[in-house]
Amino acid sequence: MRMPLSAAIGLFLTALYFLAAIFADFIAPYGMAEVVGDVWEPMSAEHWLGTDSIGRDLLTRMIYGGQTTILIATAGTLLSFVTGSILGFTAAVAGGWVDQALSRFVDLMMSIPSLIFALVVLSVMPVSLPIIILVMGFLDATRVFRLSRAVALDITVMDYVEAARLRGEGRGWIIFREILPNALSPLVAEMGLRFIFMVLFISTLSFLGLGVQPPMADWGGIVKENKDGIVWGVPAALVPAVAIATLAISVNLVADWILNRTASLKGGRGA
Amino acid sequence: MPEEILRIEGLRVEATIHPPGERPRAVVLVHEASLTLAPGRVLGLIGESGAGKSTIGLAALGYGRGGVRLTAGRVVLGGTEIRAAGPDVLRDLRGRRVTYVAQSAAAAFNPAKRLMEQVIEATLRHGLATRAEAEARAVALFRSLGLPDPENFGRRFPHQVSGGQLQRAMTAMALCPRPDLVVFDEPTTALDVTTQIDVLAAIKRAIRETGVAALYITHDLAVVAQVADEILVLRHGRMVETGPTGTIITAPHEDYTRALVSVRAIAHPEAPPADPVLTVEGVTARYPGVPIDVLSDVTVALAPGQTLAVVGESGSGKSTLARVITGLLPPVAGAIRFAGRTLPPRLADRTREDLREIQMIYQMADVAMNPRQTVRTIIGRPLEFYFGMKGAARDARVQELLDAIELGQGYADRYPAELSGGQKQRVSIARALAARPRVIICDEVTSALDPLVADGILKLLLDLQAREGVAYLFITHDIATVRAIADAIAVMHRGRVVRQGRKGQVLAPPFDDYTDLLLSSVPEMRTGWLEEVIAHRKMESAGN
Repeated sequence: MRMPLSAAIGLFLTALYFLAAIFADFIAPYGMAEVVGDVWEPMSAEHWLGTDSIGRDLLTRMIYGGQTTILIATAGTLLSFVTGSILGFTAAVAGGWVDQALSRFVDLMMSIPSLIFALVVLSVMPVSLPIIILVMGFLDATRVFRLSRAVALDITVMDYVEAARLRGEGRGWIIFREILPNALSPLVAEMGLRFIFMVLFISTLSFLGLGVQPPMADWGGIVKENKDGIVWGVPAALVPAVAIATLAISVNLVADWILNRTASLKGGRGA
Repeated sequence: MPEEILRIEGLRVEATIHPPGERPRAVVLVHEASLTLAPGRVLGLIGESGAGKSTIGLAALGYGRGGVRLTAGRVVLGGTEIRAAGPDVLRDLRGRRVTYVAQSAAAAFNPAKRLMEQVIEATLRHGLATRAEAEARAVALFRSLGLPDPENFGRRFPHQVSGGQLQRAMTAMALCPRPDLVVFDEPTTALDVTTQIDVLAAIKRAIRETGVAALYITHDLAVVAQVADEILVLRHGRMVETGPTGTIITAPHEDYTRALVSVRAIAHPEAPPADPVLTVEGVTARYPGVPIDVLSDVTVALAPGQTLAVVGESGSGKSTLARVITGLLPPVAGAIRFAGRTLPPRLADRTREDLREIQMIYQMADVAMNPRQTVRTIIGRPLEFYFGMKGAARDARVQELLDAIELGQGYADRYPAELSGGQKQRVSIARALAARPRVIICDEVTSALDPLVADGILKLLLDLQAREGVAYLFITHDIATVRAIADAIAVMHRGRVVRQGRKGQVLAPPFDDYTDLLLSSVPEMRTGWLEEVIAHRKMESAGN
């Protein structure tokens, strides 16, 4: 089957952003915190995207910012999916008090707005990359938990899971071999979405000053540093905004395509 | 030749399918179907799933389900060519000239509206009668369909009446506008046998009294023999044979029809009694939080290498019995003895050997196998799990099992979605056999299958029993299956065993009331059976 155009575009842009993030040190034209020109210089041959509020090259900032943002979002998403889905599946398979304890704890977590929760935690803890990733990953894991528990509940009532139980299979086999392969499609779709929420979340945190700390760059921080320029007609704050938006869209185009592919696998759950 | 209500000539029906990973393509569902139907006559359309019988039935309404198109031929309903008709003409025909009775009445009624509203809706919509007239007619129909308290029946909501009553209410709905033609699409298939007979008799009487013509679609030849004047046999969308009912069931021309008629003719002599390998002793069971005994004081015994058929209607507790034996539902009282030891009531407390020796086969093979595992994994896992078999040894044994279930080469790497219904059930059997069990619990394993396929599965099960010496606890609602396969029988009704013993004893008079009802409700492959049973029952109740 040919790859649809939307998926090709999504894959191209996603790959572009990820490659730029990985090879930031090699492709960035200037140093990350290096002041190379005037404040808010317009786009030019030396500075493709112009310069920022204190005269750093914006393209360089964008590349390093993408590195931070994508690293945090990827690590946070992975963390939230690993913990959220394993706990969610466990709750669905074990049932009883295990399910009650986990679900009520998650309800409790979700009853606190996650932005406020993150702000409180980050204001008392030292703000470093691992801490940010942990906080965001666990906060998001509650959403993944709910989804995977719901999906797994539908699957655990299937006769093939009962057959595995009657065979005497352990919880590990039931979760990873019977449930996970059948829960993958909705989880992959959710992963695209959650990744983007991570990008937005870290951008929001940085914009509020509790995320990535200067001089490190990240897209939310770049918006913050340059937001005053909008009043003067300087588009510098829009560049990271556009980057966030295009990454969001392209990752989801890819997720959609993967979803279609996995759903139509032989023996899939149907398209 | 009298005038005709329905004439179908050279009808061809196509649909576009979207196989995953391939281009959409058109498939032909019905090839060159032709039939005529005179007023007041009943034509039975019979065939297995995929034969195109429902498609033809719906074509008589000018309807194609889910993207199905009528691409050639003529469908003439009372002088109107339906295939050329526009939406307005069709809307006028449907509900006035032709009506439809679906298989699942529960899904066809709107649960939020009272029955009367829905029964007279089409009549009112077409302006065929005033509300008072329509209601009077509905009440008359309720009465002739044998519904309780016909004056007030229509005030109930769909969930307040039983499945059999709902099916009759739907028949009333179809007959209320005085149509020329009614299409019955498997109207009794979802019902229990004892209910089916009442609904069947009611439908037959209503057809006769109203003089309507009918297309009666079913997969059960014995059922259609009771109501139809003529029968059209279909297979894979092609007409196999057509003729008067008597001729089709007594002297069929085609091999396929002959196979359908002789289905369930497996002869299985009863084995001599033996000491049981599995006994259920005085088991009483409840579901958590429900203060009702789903099983009360059930005692049954299964001899090694033999088959115990547990028979009963839905709700009789027969599947619950399976859950108790497997340990999924620990009983409130009683014990399960297996091979000289008492099994722990809870699944979690049983040893791997306990689990290995009692295997289970399910009704719906589609959901009994993980759709993301290949046949090799499905059958190979028990080998790995119980016997630690790996690699080539395991693969060889998987192939051996595939040969035993008559599937042969090339199936090991398929996914369940690439197997037919009968093949899936065979793989389920192989998975159970892989554990080398002493007992296999078969829960309605043939109910979801077409008769000929089911026959193949039953023969296979008997073969395997003779070869491997495995005992079956065979749960079913179908007496014909019981006759074919059982050595001993336990009849269950409302959570109790009402009759049990060797096959010969249980199926021979004198009967208790329930067993008599159950046995006499199984349609027999001859015309006039329905009338005999109804007359017999009337006499009995008069005698009492």
